[in-house]
Amino acid sequence: MSTDPRLVQVRQNVLKRNDEVARALRLRFHEAGVYVVSLVSSPGAGKTAFLERVLKSLRECYRVAALVGDLATDNDARRLCRAEVPVKQITTGTVCHLEAEMIASALEGWRLDELDFLFLENVGNLVCPSTFDLGEDLRLVLFSVTEGEDKPLKYPTIFNTADVTIITKMDLAAAVEFDAVSAHRSIQAVRPGMETFEVSAKTGQGMKEWLNFLQCRSTKQSVAR
Amino acid sequence: MHELSIALSILDLAEEEGQNRGGRVTAIHVKLGRLSGVVREALESAFEMAREGTALAQAELVVDEVPLVIHCSACAADGTPDSAYELRCPTCGALTNEIVRGRELEVHALEIES
Repeated sequence: MSTDPRLVQVRQNVLKRNDEVARALRLRFHEAGVYVVSLVSSPGAGKTAFLERVLKSLRECYRVAALVGDLATDNDARRLCRAEVPVKQITTGTVCHLEAEMIASALEGWRLDELDFLFLENVGNLVCPSTFDLGEDLRLVLFSVTEGEDKPLKYPTIFNTADVTIITKMDLAAAVEFDAVSAHRSIQAVRPGMETFEVSAKTGQGMKEWLNFLQCRSTKQSVAR
Repeated sequence: MHELSIALSILDLAEEEGQNRGGRVTAIHVKLGRLSGVVREALESAFEMAREGTALAQAELVVDEVPLVIHCSACAADGTPDSAYELRCPTCGALTNEIVRGRELEVHALEIES
């Protein structure tokens, strides 16, 4: 006999599974003493060039590695190999973002305690990655001066879930008449108080400031542990 | 289009809960925050595709949209900003980073027929 359906409260986070894996990853990272930074941006914002520069600078004093997500090809991983640090490609196929489970399986066989910094380069996409926690300590959102100063207003969710904004390709700023004041205003509107760095992976502009910030953050965290 | 992954997670969750509670799930109520990063229309069409051929092929998706609510420490009050793109207090105009509601992405309730 069928009765009227009853309404049952469930109150479960839809991404419960991803969040659980991310939480376990974060615990593993902390226990191993590795500071984990993820990077998100639209395609072509310069994530890989930026990361290559960061890896090359950091490897002088630290043990660093990177995981790189892309729908297809291992071009980015091959580019980053020039930085002579361990790099592994995650090919997501049709999936437009990284999920915690993909990070966990890509890390199989890695000795995390032999690393100081691990970078996770997400698939080029400013929408989907915002929803998925990867267990990172710091999430960077990058956008280039060629993309327009109102990018943060168009993608508020990703900017709101990120910790730091990196404005890339500053060497082109004058050529595209980039309006820095308006860009910073957009960032502060969607994420008040957000730390922002203006960099050029080509000339090295702003890299020192950003790397100093990163080292301070990671030291603070290891002291807090 | 991460809405398909989300739809599949919703179905998994509802199926598991339905089995635990013994009955047929006829509707799934989902709370969707303004800043959840999920687009309602995309989720609804992804859900229709995803439910086909599963035990929940007949289940309806009921979306309850949750507006963005921020807390302004200057006014000591909660409010919905005029624009989702600016976390600005509707009363005094100050920017704030304290989000009270609007990130929800949860299966809130199930309608179960026994």
